[in-house]
Amino acid sequence: MLIFILKRLGFMALTMVIVSMVLFILLETNLFYKGDVATRVLGPYVSAEQREMWREQHGYNEPTYKRYFLWLGHFVTGDLGSSLRFKGPVNDILWGRLWNTAILGFWVFAIMIPVSLILGILAGMREGSKLDRTISVTSIITTSVPEFASCVIFAAIFVFGLKLLPGTSGMADGFDFKQLILPVLVLFTYDFGYVARMTRASMAEVMTTQYIRTAVLKGLPYKRVIMRHALRNALIAPFTVIMLQINWLLSGVIVVEFFFAYKGFGALLLEASLNQDIALLEACAMVAVFVAVGTQMIADIGYTYLNPRIRFS
Amino acid sequence: MANATTISVPAPTFGAALMRAIKSFGLLRESWVGMIGAGLVFFWVIVALLAPLIAPFEPNAHLQPFARPGTAFAQGGTFWLGTDNTGRDILSRLIWGSRTVLFYAPLAALTAYTVGILMGVAAGYMRGWVDDVLSRVADIILSFPVLVLYIIIIATVGASGLNIIIAITFASAPGVMRIVRGLVLDLRNRDYVAAAQTRGEPAWRIMLVEILPNARGPLIVDACLRLGYVIITIGVLGFLGLGLPPPDPDWGGMVNETRQMAIAFPHMTLFPCIAISSLILGFNLLADGLREISLRD
Amino acid sequence: MADSRDEPVLEIKDLNLSYYTRAGEIPAVIDFSLEVMKGETIGLVGESGCGKSTVAMAIMQYMGSNGGIKSGSIKFKGRDLNKMSDEELRRLRGAEISMIYQEPFAALNPSLTIGTQLMEVPITHEHIPEPAAYDRAVQMLSDVKLPDPERVMAAYPHQVSGGQQQRVVIAMALLSQPSLLLLDEPTTALDVTVEAGIVKLIADISRKYGTSQIYISHNLGLILETCDRVFVMYSGEVVEEGTINSLFTWPKHPYTHGLFGCIPLPTADKNAAPLKPIRGQLPLPHERPRGCNFGPRCDFFEGGRCDDKNIAMTSVTGSGATDHRVRCLRWQEIDYGKQVAHGEVKPPMEVGEKVLEINNMQKYYEIHDRSIAALIAGKTVKLVKANEAIDFDARRGETVAIVGESGCGKSTFAKVLMGLETATSGVVRHEGNDISQIAVRQRDTKQIGSLQMVFQSPSDTLNPSHTVGNQIGRVIKKFGVESDKAKIRERVLKLLDVVKLPRDFYFRRPRQLSGGQKQRVGIARAFAGNPSMVIADEPVSALDVSVAAAVTELLMEIQREHKTTLLFISHDLSVVRYLADSIVVMYLGQIMERGSTEEIFSPPYHPYTEALLSAVPIADPEVTKREIVLEGNLPSVMNPPAGCPFVTRCPRKLGKVCEDERPPVQMAADGHAIACHIPLEELRKIESVIKVPQLDERIHVKGTKETATVD
Repeated sequence: MLIFILKRLGFMALTMVIVSMVLFILLETNLFYKGDVATRVLGPYVSAEQREMWREQHGYNEPTYKRYFLWLGHFVTGDLGSSLRFKGPVNDILWGRLWNTAILGFWVFAIMIPVSLILGILAGMREGSKLDRTISVTSIITTSVPEFASCVIFAAIFVFGLKLLPGTSGMADGFDFKQLILPVLVLFTYDFGYVARMTRASMAEVMTTQYIRTAVLKGLPYKRVIMRHALRNALIAPFTVIMLQINWLLSGVIVVEFFFAYKGFGALLLEASLNQDIALLEACAMVAVFVAVGTQMIADIGYTYLNPRIRFS
Repeated sequence: MANATTISVPAPTFGAALMRAIKSFGLLRESWVGMIGAGLVFFWVIVALLAPLIAPFEPNAHLQPFARPGTAFAQGGTFWLGTDNTGRDILSRLIWGSRTVLFYAPLAALTAYTVGILMGVAAGYMRGWVDDVLSRVADIILSFPVLVLYIIIIATVGASGLNIIIAITFASAPGVMRIVRGLVLDLRNRDYVAAAQTRGEPAWRIMLVEILPNARGPLIVDACLRLGYVIITIGVLGFLGLGLPPPDPDWGGMVNETRQMAIAFPHMTLFPCIAISSLILGFNLLADGLREISLRD
Repeated sequence: MADSRDEPVLEIKDLNLSYYTRAGEIPAVIDFSLEVMKGETIGLVGESGCGKSTVAMAIMQYMGSNGGIKSGSIKFKGRDLNKMSDEELRRLRGAEISMIYQEPFAALNPSLTIGTQLMEVPITHEHIPEPAAYDRAVQMLSDVKLPDPERVMAAYPHQVSGGQQQRVVIAMALLSQPSLLLLDEPTTALDVTVEAGIVKLIADISRKYGTSQIYISHNLGLILETCDRVFVMYSGEVVEEGTINSLFTWPKHPYTHGLFGCIPLPTADKNAAPLKPIRGQLPLPHERPRGCNFGPRCDFFEGGRCDDKNIAMTSVTGSGATDHRVRCLRWQEIDYGKQVAHGEVKPPMEVGEKVLEINNMQKYYEIHDRSIAALIAGKTVKLVKANEAIDFDARRGETVAIVGESGCGKSTFAKVLMGLETATSGVVRHEGNDISQIAVRQRDTKQIGSLQMVFQSPSDTLNPSHTVGNQIGRVIKKFGVESDKAKIRERVLKLLDVVKLPRDFYFRRPRQLSGGQKQRVGIARAFAGNPSMVIADEPVSALDVSVAAAVTELLMEIQREHKTTLLFISHDLSVVRYLADSIVVMYLGQIMERGSTEEIFSPPYHPYTEALLSAVPIADPEVTKREIVLEGNLPSVMNPPAGCPFVTRCPRKLGKVCEDERPPVQMAADGHAIACHIPLEELRKIESVIKVPQLDERIHVKGTKETATVD
């Protein structure tokens, strides 16, 4: 088990290094980006001298591999560079934005996990029943509406139609819970269906296994068959799915924060990209990948822990 | 048996294969969910094919800005779904936009599938270092949050139809590969594969002729789901302003261009959203129906 | 005993069960009646799809969402189970009626400890406190002869072996001391020597607790060993029932009689008394004929009478039969005495020159161990000796059988021969060429074509995506037998004739074929390149008895015609005794004994061969066997004993020498080798395991004579 965790940590570190290389190649070399890197980094409105000075200052006249290690060194020591658009160190902007997104993500998960697990289990318990069909079709429909579309639709209903909620979530006058409702609702609607369907599939599969038949024919009460024999096995798969859902959420917040002008990490990343703010984009991407790889690792370890067949082999 | 030396030989060629395909499609009738899905997809395919005939206006013509749905146009015709802020007819743009999405999405899915299948079959069948390398590469690509990956790629290579297809292929192929690899790992232990090996068939033939055709069931279901995701992706990229360059109509782009006016003129954003959702729903329901049928026998 | 016999534990009357599918109602069990007395063991025997498991599920009232009880009653101790509420049923299940399943691993919950799964039975049904339940479970585990019950209680199912899992399932079923035990093929998934232990345990239990049992199996031999009465089912109906002695000695229904002709009993012989397969195949449930279901396959079928209306069970009288009923209109008219119980007599095959020579062949696998302990000890690479010192020859036209249980290395050996793996050392000479180091991709077409294989599983042997014609045609093209398209097709059609399949199967896809038909295509494919040697890896073990006999006969007929050498890999000594000329007995990768079939089946034996012979059930009540039940499990190939591989289970173990030293190979006769430390003289003194009575000593022969005089 210890070896397994160390191995996963090693893999995580390796992934981060490779990702950093890919990012560097994409964003700071001319291999894929056709154009002047200095222009890309500084923007189009600077003189040739300024560009040359920047190149010299940032070691751009050095060989690529040297520049990469220099860049990586800064990164590891916590120097994320400075943002062109926000005219300041990336560190000053990034962490606050990440915190806002964490609040958003917390509420999405706090609602999504119980709802989707309960619906999935109810549907999978009696496969083919009316309840099962209803839950399944509902979750197919909600996962078919892209986040930007549900932003528009919910805004049309709650903002334009019922005039219940604010249409933007900029939080200009400090934190306002009301402004959080629509973003959470949109992300929840898109994500819960997938988790519910995975839970349903897992539960339905467990219900057809022979050990459930054994449990029933042992004369156990139905409640015990479900709670003790079925759930334990049926929840292993959804656990992994939920952890990986964080990865999906990182995509989702970009759209939702963009639409509702929520000052979060997703909107920041998009802004960095649209403005070719390279240092900021690099930092955001590394953070996103770190979160994704980290949750993946927790999912793997948790899966192993939950599954005695793997744990004791 | 001796009198049966001359046996009539019906040619089991393209015709027969087509008949089989139609027959298995006919099975969909037994799943109403699948039928609705197929109906939605079929509807948009027909719309895309007949776009020049059924679109009431020129999709890029600036006719009358801010027209509400149902407004009559002075020079004849009606803006059934209204117009956008620059006066383009939304219905016509929706109809033409279906062409865009139904051209790029299947093409991107096809390239992603080709790459993913080749990688997956190779990894699953050959195992060893081929599997190790391909699986690690896939793990790393999949560790990027999808949209972050698209944003970085598009930010670097720029937005164009071709680049979107390349980006989608790059991001989706590892997912396809994982599924194919899993299927192949199971199929490679079948006796008919051993039979092919013991008669000295080359590896490529075993992979493509003996194994791959037997993975088609789950792959068709997955393809429908993935096509849905690809449409979402194209829509989201359009919505974020990273999609196909204007002015040609693109559903995601239409929402992006008018989203500032969503509160005052909801029709501008609402209709493209409904269009794209219905098409994705079509593919998802179709996948569910196909899966239900494939589980049945 | 007499008073308890009055009230049956279970009484099933006129039961009809159906499944409801899209295609409509499919009757699964028709007109089924049965009584089980206290302490009695009833056998339900039949081929796949005959409805025997459906009966068990109906007794449990667990038919799934698409099955239902159409009519009839199932009375348990006088109460009709069909009319019970869910709660009443729940109290009965696991307490009064328990079940033992075919696959013990699947029947146990993988994420709960065995202890939890055992203890919840008495806790639920008897509401006893946890410590008492724990003690009860431990006691029961030691009753089913599991070593170290406390350790087993704390273990998860995957941490104990298959045989032990089945003992756990048996313990679970017995915890509340039920009156009725349903056993659904309880040993089918286990190895023969492990099976023997479980069968003995079940018999002991029924004696000890007086439990009534319903034993479901496809194996007539097992039924004979375990049951008091037997019900033979065919296509949803009971066709014959009676006491074991009566039914096995005087089978009355043509199907039952035919079944005995399909089983390789000790009296069968491939030349003098070949198997007599039942023609045709089992009807699909929705394609059953009018009248007698067996009609289309019956040699005694009488048109207008047998296919007129449904046939009822009638009691059999005379010829020593007792408590015996049959569902046949003509049972009194048929005189099986005049019928040949076996197929046509064939001249023995002439054996030619050596085709295969194997000398000291070894195949080791490297396993990489990445555990911490291995890392510290520096032993990260572990050698698994899948095949060790394999030595034997095979001649043209000869049938050599390789016999052994799981993990004995027979499949690895086949892989090396076929070139899917290369040997670690040693020589494998096929037609003079050493092929031990040549992988299949390096072999030339002629070499590949002359060494082909028939595979085990009918569901897997053919590629579902290609037509039968294409699959056989590909082989012909690949081996360069023909290259012209029309000629290839012509040859495929001829091969279909050879394996007795209709020519229009050319265009069929595998899913349109039955299991037996698929195996026939597999045989046609193996013989397409005119091979000099064919390896058959358990080619009939997955088929039903009546179908298996036909495929076995077909395989030998083609072999005879082509003078092919046949290497027959099997776990079933009865089949092997029937068709092999010589036998190689393997255990954990090593040859324990080899010799001619006669030599293997008579002393001197290797102690393992001896146990194996005793373990195989024989469906003949007049054959007597010496009982040898092996203790313990098959050791893992990863971790074999240092000395003799059989030392951990050997009842004749000498002492330390067996544990530490490799046994010497002793030659009992020319070509008869035994790898054992026990001196040959000792081994020669051992009695024969199986005793087959002479034909004129047999009861049914005497019986027919008696009835003849009465008439």
